[in-house]
Amino acid sequence: MADDPILTPLKPGLFARNRETLLRTLIPICVVVGLILLWQFIISVNGIPQYILPGPLAVANSLYNDWGTLWPALWVTTQITLQALALALIGGVGIAIFLVQSKWIETAFYPITVILQVTPIVAIAPLILIYAPTTQVALLICAFLVAFFPILSNMVQGLKSVDHNLLNLFDLYGASRWQTLLYLKLPSSLPYFMTGLRIGGGLALIAAVVAEFAAGSAGAGSGLAFRLLESQYRLNIPRLFAALILLSVLGVVIFMITSFIAWAFLHRWHESSLKREN
Amino acid sequence: MTTSQAPLMPAPGDSRKRPLVVMRSVSKMFSSGTLALSDMSLTVEGGEFVSLLGPSGCGKSTALRIIAGLGDVSAGTIDWPSSRINSKGLPEGDISFVFQEPTLMPWQTVFGNVHLPLKLRGVSKTAARDEIMETLATVGLQDFADAYPRELSGGMKMRVSIARALVTKPKLLLMDEPFAALDEITRQKLNDDVLRLWHETGITVIFVTHSVFESAYLSNRIVVMKARPGRVHADFPLKTSMSRDAHYRTSEEYRQACEKVSNMLLEAIGGEEH
Repeated sequence: MADDPILTPLKPGLFARNRETLLRTLIPICVVVGLILLWQFIISVNGIPQYILPGPLAVANSLYNDWGTLWPALWVTTQITLQALALALIGGVGIAIFLVQSKWIETAFYPITVILQVTPIVAIAPLILIYAPTTQVALLICAFLVAFFPILSNMVQGLKSVDHNLLNLFDLYGASRWQTLLYLKLPSSLPYFMTGLRIGGGLALIAAVVAEFAAGSAGAGSGLAFRLLESQYRLNIPRLFAALILLSVLGVVIFMITSFIAWAFLHRWHESSLKREN
Repeated sequence: MTTSQAPLMPAPGDSRKRPLVVMRSVSKMFSSGTLALSDMSLTVEGGEFVSLLGPSGCGKSTALRIIAGLGDVSAGTIDWPSSRINSKGLPEGDISFVFQEPTLMPWQTVFGNVHLPLKLRGVSKTAARDEIMETLATVGLQDFADAYPRELSGGMKMRVSIARALVTKPKLLLMDEPFAALDEITRQKLNDDVLRLWHETGITVIFVTHSVFESAYLSNRIVVMKARPGRVHADFPLKTSMSRDAHYRTSEEYRQACEKVSNMLLEAIGGEEH
């Protein structure tokens, strides 16, 4: 294993490799299954009523029976999260490129983005609700505001952390501003962008849910947050758990997708995606 | 030995002797107020291998960057008489730079890194392929075109950096202590490579170093600099009857050259407190 990776491309036996992957998948699954069994066991032994803590069976039941209600809500929340994330990516990267154009621009505008970030979203949500044409748009704005800052600040950091000698080299070869941005600054800040993407993806979902709580929206076009509140009011605790599980699954899927994107772009060259060779 | 100035005018009928760079009384003051260079004059002609040698802080790297057109001068003038000058008043395409660090783009393969100078001129990967592979072959890296920099050793990265500098077929190659961070064996091998390239291509090299042995081995002219403020202390040719190879390293002639260069360097440092 300590050989030069060029001379002997890293290739442990197929069996050993598969076994490791298998264990990596099996161990967490076993732990989760074990916890669920324990949960059911405690419920059954102590006879805890469903309106206090439903067992996994009751939750699964609710997930299946209420799918017609939960699925549209899940879809609404997913849409808001992904749209907010997409807007945050475009906005965050775009504004970051704008900010690093000159020290004065940064001095003038960076504080505004900080103010937007540090103000709790729950506190501005009522205002946004008043000004936005529809509740959906208001939720989108809230989720965007939260997701956009980590992408912006990471991107600004990345664009400013370009190797100075490489910048000199680009100057020496007479590269235009546009070429320097395209061939040097953007690729060089890719690792920072990916960090922003992973944080932003998680925050977009949280903000979408929090904003919906704050908006108190109701009715057919509502997301999972509304279904959570509704289940609580009706003491339909199994359904509340079912909605919660869907939210967690959505969060995990977003995390896996953003992590995969980061890996796909960085694993060939960036330290963060490399295995240590010793 | 007195400080001697290389002639400003080219010898008639010898096109190789045309000056490539002419610095006249150049001073450079940093924004911090440090005077990095004071009244430095230097003329470098085609085909020379010049070493800029001096203690740290003598402004040799600053001088090299000014020769490259990176950064303004505070006083004096710098000209590139044989180069095309672009709208910014800088020489275009004739000068390449090799930094102390390999300074490669980690997200690009070896091929992509060497392609960079051509890409910035609008030459596509396919159009540049032959040229890039040829250049990689001259530094012995033709089999590593698809490798990423992280997969290479320090010496190999430096070779990529040299290949990138050579791919535009420049007239003038500037090297800023390029091998200072490498081990002695790799360093000697790269020194021989640079000498071979110099012989084969007829390129002009300005080589910044703080090593007496390196400068005595490589160059046919040595410029010793003095620190605080940086200025030229001595400027003399170094002629040898032998070809520079492993035999030269152990020869009496090399020993004498080293001694001469070393004495000059001591003289340059002698003016200071240590």
